Amino acid sequence: MDSAENRKGAAIEVRDLCRSFGRQRVLDGVDLDCPRAQITTIVGPSGCGKTVLLKHINLLLRPDSGRIMVDGTDVTRLGGRALDGVREKFGMLFQANALFDSMSVFENVAFPLVEKTRLSRGEIADRVHETLGAVGLQGMERKYPSELSGGMQKRAALARALVRRPRILMLDEPTTGLDPARTGSIHALVRSTQERFGLSVVMVSHDVPAVFEISDRVAFMHQGKIRLYGRPEEVRGAGDEVFDRFLAGRASGDESELSAAG
Amino acid sequence: MPAIRMIERLGGLAIDWLLALGNFVLFLGSAALYAVLPPYKVRLTIRQIRIIGAESLFLILLIGGFTGMVLGLQGYNTLRRFGSEGALGTVVALVLVRELGPVLAALMVAARAGSAMAAELGSMQATEQVDALTVMAINPIQYLVSPRLLAGVISLPLLTSIFDVVGILGGYVIGVELMGAPGSSYMNGIAQNLTGHDVMSGVCKALVFGLIVMWTCCYKGYHAERMATGVSEATTEAVVLSSVLILAWDYFLTSVLL
Repeated sequence: MDSAENRKGAAIEVRDLCRSFGRQRVLDGVDLDCPRAQITTIVGPSGCGKTVLLKHINLLLRPDSGRIMVDGTDVTRLGGRALDGVREKFGMLFQANALFDSMSVFENVAFPLVEKTRLSRGEIADRVHETLGAVGLQGMERKYPSELSGGMQKRAALARALVRRPRILMLDEPTTGLDPARTGSIHALVRSTQERFGLSVVMVSHDVPAVFEISDRVAFMHQGKIRLYGRPEEVRGAGDEVFDRFLAGRASGDESELSAAG
Repeated sequence: MPAIRMIERLGGLAIDWLLALGNFVLFLGSAALYAVLPPYKVRLTIRQIRIIGAESLFLILLIGGFTGMVLGLQGYNTLRRFGSEGALGTVVALVLVRELGPVLAALMVAARAGSAMAAELGSMQATEQVDALTVMAINPIQYLVSPRLLAGVISLPLLTSIFDVVGILGGYVIGVELMGAPGSSYMNGIAQNLTGHDVMSGVCKALVFGLIVMWTCCYKGYHAERMATGVSEATTEAVVLSSVLILAWDYFLTSVLL
């Protein structure tokens, strides 16, 4: 880790994070820096704790020990209004999209504004249209989530995550269940959104090596720890045996080799 | 040391059970607290009253009518053995108002609205919609559970009252019109013998049952395991547990309110 440079400008710092579920130690001392205004991608085999780590970073889960710092402030033990304040910095795209089925696309995207701001109806409508435009969903306002394709649902969910103009965007496997063409277009969208809004992005992905192209930093997670961290080319060139096997396994669509060796 | 191992396991089970019970009670506590704290979710509560109350109305009319009719039939045949057909109205009304109205209306609401509620919250949990609320700094208990709890407490006494009235009319139709019990004593008996205390105890039960049904069904749905089978299990458990709790609390409440 080139820590001196990163720590100064890190949007999120994770220090020695541990969490067990029952007897299973899912996070076993995770250290991670997510630099400001860059895309940090966490990759790793299924069940290595990627999503659990992400849910700790956005404070959906609480760690057994360790610290999480957002913009240099320790948020690990926050509650109440202070926690709400930190949450305003986050936007999150869930693996299952988590769009509200009973609401139209417009209502879904407007929801955070209606509930948490005092904007007028007109202002909300403007903001929703603008955000939907940014993700390429103009004209879809009246559709319901069930009427959209998988890729469009992702875009709608991304619009909802962006509508309050967060500083940090979290993406949990944004390309699950999408074909390679759609995967490419979502990746391009993540990159362009990051640049447009100057976001710090933390992404969990299984889409290796495709996701490396848009990532500024890659963290390879294995058995509850960050095993490798660096620029994509550094991680790929590290010559780490487990990572190389993971990459080869992903390419051939077979992870069993790795988990058996794990 | 198999004996120690067994004691260990028993202790573990007891602790798990106590923890679950504690969570169950805390869940009600926080839902009740957020129901009285602003921001008030008036529109959501009204929507839930429509789902729990208004949309259960037809079922309540149907079940209430048939319950009253069977009470009229059974009551008339039993009372005739003692030559006291004149007491039919009193018997039907007391049984409905004090006992069957609140219990059957609550069971119907559990079966109809409660199961749907558990399934809805369960699938919201499975598709991360509950997490999405949390991430938006919206308290999911306040947004999802409190309005349902309030709606249950408001709706069930009203549904129960309708159940009672329809049941009494059903008893009249069968007992008086069909079987020939004296009509004037049916109504007069109710007017003279049904006290405010009877009505209050019925309303009290309905309030408590409304709370129990929504509490149990929301809890089970909210804590469903995040997969399809988790949702179906939660739905079943919600209906079974709320039915059991309704009948158990009915005994307890009757012994207190009698």
